[in-house]
Amino acid sequence: MSKHKKLKDYEEQIKQCVKCGACQAHCPVFGEEKKESVVARGKIALADALLKDDVELDERFMADMSKCLLCGSCFDKCPNLVPTDEIVMAARREIAARKGLTTLGKGIGTVLGHPALMDFLVKGGKTFSSLLFKKVPEGSGLRLRFPVPYIASDRTLPEISEIPFRQRHPAFIPGEEGKPTVAFFTGCMINYAYAEIGEALLAILKFMGIGVHIPSGQGCCGLPALSAGDGKTVEELAERNLEAFAPIAAERIVTACASCNHGIDKLYQGLGPGHDALAERVEDILVFLVKEGLPEKLAALPKQEKRTRVTYHDPCHLRTQGITKEPRALLKALPSVDFVEMEGADRCCGLGGTYSVYHYQTSKKIGGRKATGIEKSGAELVASACPGCMMQLQDTINHAGLPQRTIHVLQLIARDLPPYAG
Amino acid sequence: MIEPRILRILKDIVGKENVSADRADLICYSYDATQQQFLPDVVVHPGSAHEISLILKMANSEKIPVFPRGAGSGFTGGSLPISGGIVLVTRRMEQILRIDEDNLVAVVEPGVVTEVLQQAVEKVGLFYPPDPASLKFSTLGGNVAECAGGPRCVKYGVTKDYILGLEVVTPQGDIIKTGGETMKGVVGYDLTKLMVGSEGTLGIITKIIIKLLPLPEAKKTMLVLFDSIDGAAKGVSAIIRGKIIPTTLEFMDATTIDCVRKATNLDLPAAAKALLIIEVDGDADLIERQAARIQEIVAPLGVVATRIAATAAESDEIWKVRRSVSASLRKVNPDKFNEDICVPRSKVPEMIRTIEGIAARHQVPIVNFGHAGDGNIHVNVMIDRAVSGEMEKAEMAIEEIFGATLKLGGTMSGEHGVGITKAPYIPMELDPAAVAYMKTIKAALDPNNILNPGKIFLADQN
Ligand SMILES: Cc1cc2nc3c(=O)[nH]c(=O)nc-3n(C[C@H](O)[C@H](O)[C@H](O)COP(=O)(O)OP(=O)(O)OC[C@H]3O[C@@H](n4cnc5c(N)ncnc54)[C@H](O)[C@@H]3O)c2cc1C
Ligand code: SF4
Ligand code: SF4
Repeated sequence: MSKHKKLKDYEEQIKQCVKCGACQAHCPVFGEEKKESVVARGKIALADALLKDDVELDERFMADMSKCLLCGSCFDKCPNLVPTDEIVMAARREIAARKGLTTLGKGIGTVLGHPALMDFLVKGGKTFSSLLFKKVPEGSGLRLRFPVPYIASDRTLPEISEIPFRQRHPAFIPGEEGKPTVAFFTGCMINYAYAEIGEALLAILKFMGIGVHIPSGQGCCGLPALSAGDGKTVEELAERNLEAFAPIAAERIVTACASCNHGIDKLYQGLGPGHDALAERVEDILVFLVKEGLPEKLAALPKQEKRTRVTYHDPCHLRTQGITKEPRALLKALPSVDFVEMEGADRCCGLGGTYSVYHYQTSKKIGGRKATGIEKSGAELVASACPGCMMQLQDTINHAGLPQRTIHVLQLIARDLPPYAG
Repeated sequence: MIEPRILRILKDIVGKENVSADRADLICYSYDATQQQFLPDVVVHPGSAHEISLILKMANSEKIPVFPRGAGSGFTGGSLPISGGIVLVTRRMEQILRIDEDNLVAVVEPGVVTEVLQQAVEKVGLFYPPDPASLKFSTLGGNVAECAGGPRCVKYGVTKDYILGLEVVTPQGDIIKTGGETMKGVVGYDLTKLMVGSEGTLGIITKIIIKLLPLPEAKKTMLVLFDSIDGAAKGVSAIIRGKIIPTTLEFMDATTIDCVRKATNLDLPAAAKALLIIEVDGDADLIERQAARIQEIVAPLGVVATRIAATAAESDEIWKVRRSVSASLRKVNPDKFNEDICVPRSKVPEMIRTIEGIAARHQVPIVNFGHAGDGNIHVNVMIDRAVSGEMEKAEMAIEEIFGATLKLGGTMSGEHGVGITKAPYIPMELDPAAVAYMKTIKAALDPNNILNPGKIFLADQN
């Protein structure tokens, strides 16, 4: 029995949609396709029809439900707060339950559910990708050939880390007496592709004297599986993470990936009391750092002469939780950064989990809409708080032939810290 | 069920990717903001006037009804395919064809979203004032067909005041031009005015020639809280009698303020029983003086508090009060019937009092807010459909409200049109000769009654 809510459990929320159409202005997929079946209102109408047996669960229905980034933009702006993203996820689980998982969905489940396999594949990917990536000069915006099933041939991807992040560090790094201790949920992207974000996080915690647990038994948050409608894998991963984190005494479990944060915080709720408690403890690292007074500490550092113009992209998974001020507060406080807002900072980057794999060309167009804002901001660096967004934004930037690089807010902070005694 | 032969013809005209008879699409184009549902037989997405002309020629000879649709945000069911047939969606026609900065004119296709045009003209220092609350998603074609209005129309008027000319495909499939790009033009009947507000029953709009204004230099927003609805209403007339026409004069009654207060943490003191959001625009020094004048004018009318925005952020804070209304209403009851009656400005307090009486008599919560500046009151009858008898109560209340509105010299709809939801009430407002006159026009232009049939007039009404 799946513990996740079924589509039927969303009947009330489905009824809450008054068909006003306001979501048309906010849904990035509708912005490209202009067809009613892809906007929140249409998806809700279709989900409703499925519940009433008024439409068949056929290829067409599956395609419509696959056209959602789960970005929550509709929910954010919906006058009636209809949680379309959750309804779509429930519809995807319904599809998986009735029709089985898609090949991609199965693949995701197999890989994510088995960390050893993941390590192995990633190692293979490393040798493979370094072969390809080295030929492409930094910032050239060249199209990469990456002939992997499901990965579009013109997509640029980050380089895979030599040694996964968790393998580089002990399970516990003590901090100073009297200071809090946290646990770090690394997530796949940071563990395998963007280890430097994890390193930055450790450097910052060290600067603040905060101890950190990095449990080696942890796995993927489960969001990619959830996006594919694979409730079972999500539950297995949730179980695994519960085992890894429950025994750790740290009050806060910090994430440096907006998607993991959202994944755990929102999707584990309701799976059981242990899971609820785990979800309760999860906090985005930037929120944690602001609470710990890091902006004030940064602002007190001497201003640096050589400065970088930086702008910020709001990851949907933080924006929809109302976390928009904290990253900006940190960036504004940095001694070497001139912060500039860009047009459309809160617009989805177009990644959306499995969305960008199934619909890469549209995903690219949605991402492409960010290019003007990035270019006009005049920033050299586009900061964000989600490695997924960073990957997609860099791909957008490369395709637009722009000179910018993406960077995690944590990396910028770490760069500006004074050398600590240690 | 649509005949395969017809489907083939449609595919030949617009390309097969732009025609669908899939159940999923039929469902997705079966509703609008009225929440009623009627399934079409087929949905087409034409890309040009020429294609629309071919579709209408075919539909006219085959006697298949055609229902034009923009964003489907209408509140009266104007785009609903009540008798099956073709839903014709204009979304693909979304080019701003021209912005003529010398003559202050823009030419657009019907699928352009209102706000997209506003932003484009504002970039070059021009201004398109009509601003329905749906401006972020409704289309200009839909705005023209409904003659949409918004909070700015106290000063600037409604959509019809900005339409110089149109390109229209007639029900027989001819492409005609009405009006033109000049500020004046009196040759022949004014077909432009006939088309604006015709709710898609007389022709399909394929091009719109729009009059623009220079963008005002600045604007100032103020929030005035009153201890009674009379104070607020008197404030409206007093401001206008004082020869100031604000851009916006929005009001909210006590019930609405209560809803907002419960749903948000906006600072609205308990003594406030009505409020006005007032905005003035123009030269920077002029609006300062106007804001000061307005304060003087309303001062003796039971003002509880006044807030004048000094920055764009503060102005946004004030508008948030208005924007929170819609969502906060759900806290009263899950279902709302939104009517948009309009009475002469001076009759607003009397109308509100009458509505309060109706609400008390039928024991249904009724929430009123709207555009006080032009007497347009959004009357929201709040019920829970699931509770038996509630629906009937709401219907009775609405009919009484319409009756009272007409008695005060008002109209049943200031902006949402008639569509299907208000069609039954038409005889209350229009005399039979006027209805017959209108029907003669419809019959002459669309003898086979293929274009948006069943809208505005009920079939058996005279
Ligand atoms: C939240 C919300 C707020 C609103 N606020 C306002 C407001 O402040 N003021 C206001 O006036 N209205 C308001 N409305 C109502 C609605 O948005 C307007 O009536 C709008 O003009 C409809 O535009 P649309 O593109 O959605 O048209 P649709 O709903 O698709 O169609 C409306 C009518 O226009 C016809 N039509 C559409 N395109 C064409 C065309 N190209 N040629 C001929 N006929 C056509 C249709 O057949 C139909 O009769 C609001 C609606 C919502 C949901
Ligand atoms: S999802 Fe929300 S915004 Fe979209 S139509 Fe429904 S109620 Fe309106
Ligand atoms: S979650 Fe995002 S992509 Fe999905 S329907 Fe809502 S706005 Fe569109």
